[in-house]
Amino acid sequence: MKILYFAWLREKAGTAEEEVAPPAGVRTVGDLIAWLSARSPGHAAAFADLGTVRCAVNQDFAGPETPVSAGDEVAFFPPVTGG
Amino acid sequence: MARVVVQEAPFDTAAELARLTGGRTDVGGIGLFLGVVRDTAGGRPITAMTLEHYPGMTERALSAIAAEAETRWPLLGCTLIHRVGRLVPGEAIVLVATASAHRAAALDSCAFLIDWLKTKAPFWKREEFRDGGSAWVAARAEDDAAAARWLAPRRAAAE
Repeated sequence: MKILYFAWLREKAGTAEEEVAPPAGVRTVGDLIAWLSARSPGHAAAFADLGTVRCAVNQDFAGPETPVSAGDEVAFFPPVTGG
Repeated sequence: MARVVVQEAPFDTAAELARLTGGRTDVGGIGLFLGVVRDTAGGRPITAMTLEHYPGMTERALSAIAAEAETRWPLLGCTLIHRVGRLVPGEAIVLVATASAHRAAALDSCAFLIDWLKTKAPFWKREEFRDGGSAWVAARAEDDAAAARWLAPRRAAAE
């Protein structure tokens, strides 16, 4: 599973992209966030305030209940500020 | 089919408008929104801003937004161009142009597109302040409210 981080989530997590293999119990975006948060203090900081974290699974906006599985591209980022 | 472009380079607005109509003669009006980098943020002078985006998803999101506009209004053409990278105040950052037979569809769809783009396309701005330092721009509740006013599909311009 490919994980992408953008903007300040990238800075806090300390990486823009990582390949991970979560255990079978990780079935949703919410599960994935809990699992990723334990990877490093930086990851924990990135996910400390979930009110400011948005997610996309395979480039479509997703929520905490969205399923994830091996081979997915999952991105985490702040609320968007383009335009 | 909308023209969607994400690029670092400046764009040529006149050339884009010419391309939008492409010599056709059934266009009665063009709606144009040109976003420009302002020199202050919340009253604090800025010297530049850097736009980050999510390659792949950005183009996908912009195309989806344009497709939604095409279902709501009778558009004859639609162009969305968003720049990324480092931009300084005064530079054009985003172009939204819509062509239709009548002005209401062109103007309304153009407003819809920029409102939705601001809340649904994966871009993030980081501002550099004149007095030093830089910060990621926080999303604004006003932008969410502006996007929300389009949630009920409207076809007013079709008549």
